[in-house]
Amino acid sequence: MDLDEAKEFKERCTQCAAVSWGLTDEGKYYCTSCHNVTERSKEVVNTGAIPNTKIQAINRGLKRKRKLEKGWDWYVCEGFQHILYQQAEALKTLGVGPELKNEVLHNFWKRYLQKSKQAYCKNPVYTSKRKAPVLEDNPSHSDWDSEPELLSDFSCPSFVESGAESQPDVHTQKPFPIIKASQSETASICSGSVDGVEYSLRKEKGIVKMTVPRTLAFCCLALLWQRETITLSDLLRFVEEDHIPYINAFQHFPEEMKLYGRDKGIFAIESWPNYEDIYKKMIEIATFLDLPRFPDITEDCYLHPNMLCLKYLMEVNLPDEMHNLTCQVVKMTGIGEVDFLTFDPIAKMAKTAKYDVQAVAVIVVVLKLLFLLDDNLEWSLSNIAEKYNEKNKEDKPWFDFRKWYQVMKKSLDEKKQKWEETRAKYLWKSEKPLYHSSIDKSVVCKRREMVVNLQKQFSTLVDSTPTIGKKSPSSFQFNWTEEDPDRTCFHGHSLQGVLTKKGQSLTTKNSLYWLSTQKFCRSYCKHVTTYEESNFSLSYQFIINLFSFLLRIKTSFLHEEVSLIEKRLFKTKYSKTKKKSSRSRKCDPWISNDVTRTLVRNTKSQALLPTCHFRTRCGAQKAVIQKALQEFRYSLKCE
Amino acid sequence: MQKSMSDFSEELIKSTTEDDQGERCELSGTGMHFPWLQKHIETVATGGKKEKDFAQTTSACLSFIQEALLKHQWQQAAEYMHSYLQVLEDSDSCKRQAAPEIIWKLGSEILYYHPKSNVEAFNAFADRMKNIGVMNYLKISLQHALYLLHHGMLEDANRNLSQAETWRYGEKSSSQEVLINLIQAYKGLLQYYAWSKKKMELSQLDKDDYAYNTASQNMLDHSWKTSVNLGALIQIPGVWDPFVKSYVEMLEFYGDQDGAREVLTNYAYDEKFPSNPNAHIYLYNFLKREKAPREKLISVLKILYQIVPSHKLMLEFHRLLRKSEKEEHHKLGLEVLFAVLDFAGCTKNITAWKYLAKYLRQTLMGSHLAWVQEEWSSRKNWWPGFHFSYFWAKSDWKEDKALACEKALVAGVLSGKGCRYFRYISKQDHQVFRKKIKRMKKLVKKYSIINPGL
Repeated sequence: MDLDEAKEFKERCTQCAAVSWGLTDEGKYYCTSCHNVTERSKEVVNTGAIPNTKIQAINRGLKRKRKLEKGWDWYVCEGFQHILYQQAEALKTLGVGPELKNEVLHNFWKRYLQKSKQAYCKNPVYTSKRKAPVLEDNPSHSDWDSEPELLSDFSCPSFVESGAESQPDVHTQKPFPIIKASQSETASICSGSVDGVEYSLRKEKGIVKMTVPRTLAFCCLALLWQRETITLSDLLRFVEEDHIPYINAFQHFPEEMKLYGRDKGIFAIESWPNYEDIYKKMIEIATFLDLPRFPDITEDCYLHPNMLCLKYLMEVNLPDEMHNLTCQVVKMTGIGEVDFLTFDPIAKMAKTAKYDVQAVAVIVVVLKLLFLLDDNLEWSLSNIAEKYNEKNKEDKPWFDFRKWYQVMKKSLDEKKQKWEETRAKYLWKSEKPLYHSSIDKSVVCKRREMVVNLQKQFSTLVDSTPTIGKKSPSSFQFNWTEEDPDRTCFHGHSLQGVLTKKGQSLTTKNSLYWLSTQKFCRSYCKHVTTYEESNFSLSYQFIINLFSFLLRIKTSFLHEEVSLIEKRLFKTKYSKTKKKSSRSRKCDPWISNDVTRTLVRNTKSQALLPTCHFRTRCGAQKAVIQKALQEFRYSLKCE
Repeated sequence: MQKSMSDFSEELIKSTTEDDQGERCELSGTGMHFPWLQKHIETVATGGKKEKDFAQTTSACLSFIQEALLKHQWQQAAEYMHSYLQVLEDSDSCKRQAAPEIIWKLGSEILYYHPKSNVEAFNAFADRMKNIGVMNYLKISLQHALYLLHHGMLEDANRNLSQAETWRYGEKSSSQEVLINLIQAYKGLLQYYAWSKKKMELSQLDKDDYAYNTASQNMLDHSWKTSVNLGALIQIPGVWDPFVKSYVEMLEFYGDQDGAREVLTNYAYDEKFPSNPNAHIYLYNFLKREKAPREKLISVLKILYQIVPSHKLMLEFHRLLRKSEKEEHHKLGLEVLFAVLDFAGCTKNITAWKYLAKYLRQTLMGSHLAWVQEEWSSRKNWWPGFHFSYFWAKSDWKEDKALACEKALVAGVLSGKGCRYFRYISKQDHQVFRKKIKRMKKLVKKYSIINPGL
């Protein structure tokens, strides 16, 4: 660098107080003794003469011995930007509107860069040491709408498709490819990106660091903002089916963005995203970005429980008539309210509905209302339906739970088996091998080559017809037709067999109900209930399994959601059982099905079966239980 | 050969189940093994680091391969194998290091049976796998050679073994000394095979033929090389039956009786070697060929008797003991017969019964009732049901009347005239056996140990 040119700058360095300045490629002063870079730049008469002002190639003045790999200078956040770009593109091909990419996600990302002080702010983390005071008074850089000063548009496709920046040949137009060597190759701590090492060490309080799973949280937030017809579980399923870049997304970085060393830990992923995890990250990011209230989720939105219930009823082959009941449950529980559904990150308790899980939980509740699912009533109702259907072949058939179970069980088992097989065959490793340091580079590359060779050999032994064809993306996983007896469609079947007319209104024949969770956990372990499969009826287990497979979530997670819906539905019952149980110390989850006057008029006594379907976790000591029961109070956080 | 190939799968099952469990849950000392415990613990512990999906899917992939192999679905197995190969790139170094061996075992099994596979494919696979890491080179080379042998490609196998023999890798090679020895021994075995073919040719040649000399010279060369190759392995404790046998055969052929005896004695008596009945059988046969003294033969068979009391040589052993002058040998002779007949596989051995009938009479005549009673006391609870039931009497009489007569005599002597077996046979009326049965009745009357009158 030109030390002569830097001589005119005579201020003391804020870090080490030395006066020894050099100039960076970008024209900023840096201290030659401590490598601190100031915000002060040398006044350049003609900025056009420096073509790559946007690239912050910080010359740290370290001696560059060997080059591990030639490539562009790029920052970790550029990598994530690239992944987000790919994901947005993929969503676009899935049919999501272009605004998602160009406006929503782009803005979210800009906001993230600003909030995390990586760009669009007074002292981005890269240009000044963390605690360095703001030297600069350059107002244009703090503007939200200014072009990224940090992100090179050469190496990363811009979100906004306009202008010359997004043209592909720009990649090759880079005038001075700056060769970047790691700070210390010998110490084997290195990275292909400029700030990979720093980034992996960075632990700042209050800053949400970007990770690969968080890119999906970004996508999901953007989808939610746009009220698109893709739920979180759909998104994650598309990731698993490789319709959305996630695992090895770095493979598609431009050739010149080299990844190695610490970049591996940042960009390499060896697990599929998990619903609960991404859900948490969504809220975390939205809060961090300080996003305003999201657009309202109203009844005509896809994410509204009524819509989703309809979708899932179709998916699991249940009669359309059930939709009336799900709508009623949604209404009674209040989960269809705009305020409940709309995500508001600034609210006191940032929380968004798990739209898909909730809708499915409503269906489970309705199934329980209709069939009780105690391994008994559903079968006797099926007998009645079967007899009726045999006699009245011309009429609209009554819904036969047993038949439905047989069809679903078979389809589910097949699907699950296929799913497991496809997962087992999944190829995780990227074509571009990632290595930690120059030491293991050759080993890693050789290993990769060997695996490729061996794979070639075994692929010759495989049938020529490819069995692992990529499925075309669909929000439906099952397909029901009237013709195929294995795939019988139950959508048109009627619920007459399980409903009776009482006065003006229809009520369910079944007048009983049992609660999935008798008592909610109030400890600090964060889960509200537990799910011990064997404590529940087989039909309930099957239904929970079916739905949690559809959403690719844990059974306990769905069980929890079912319990929460019930909590809202049976508000009064919960307070009643509390009193009752504290008196009798008996845990009786069976309560009658007098959910509402409209649904069922309760006549039967409350206790039906003595079986205890929920064992208290702390069931050892009576005193403890009693105390817990007395203290038991019931509050819903999400209200 | 067939065996060694199928052994793969056994080893495989063993090794993979061990892999699956991570650490084996074994209570030291008790030998109790709880394979489920580890898994149980893993599912209970939720606080720990979550297993990555990569690890989960590859282990699922492994079970799919195993299942496919079990069902002989080679195609599917190959399909899963294609994906399973990525464990070679596992970031968990432990798993990565264990992978080549698993892949070799599964892969060679697939390539061995897959209809589209051929020798070239197997060779290519073996050569690749040999060079992943260093620990498997010798093992794979050996198994590769066995595969080639199985396909009759002796020369290729030999070349393979020669290559492996010279392989060295620093300290690693010393820890694999046994393997190197084994490889050399297999090479020796191949040479033995060539030698024995030459021997056959030689035996067909005329001694005066001019070709005879060169042929025999050829054989000499071979034997020298072979003895070097075989000799090293059989010094190491282990079961080396085919190697020992061929080595001894060559030594004997060249008149080195002392050498052969030494090898066999060492193989049979060295305490470091695992107990091996064949070692004693080889030694016994050798000594018999050598016409060794009876005392010596008895001492060899005595050990075999302790290891395998039902061995067919035991009747020969009995004969030797019977002929011996020592009284303790006579007693042992009775013991041996009883022991042979304790085994279900020998129940229809007419010689054994004949010997016993004869020897019982002889013993009782020599007034050694105590010996008989000693043997009988531990058997009287179960022999009558085991040998002397009504059912057996009927079926023996139907199938083999001579056997039935011998057995009836023994039954009568041991459990008296009331014995069902004896009663059934003695009631039979048969032209040929009438005389025999009559004699039998007489003998029982005279010698039965149950007879209260005696």
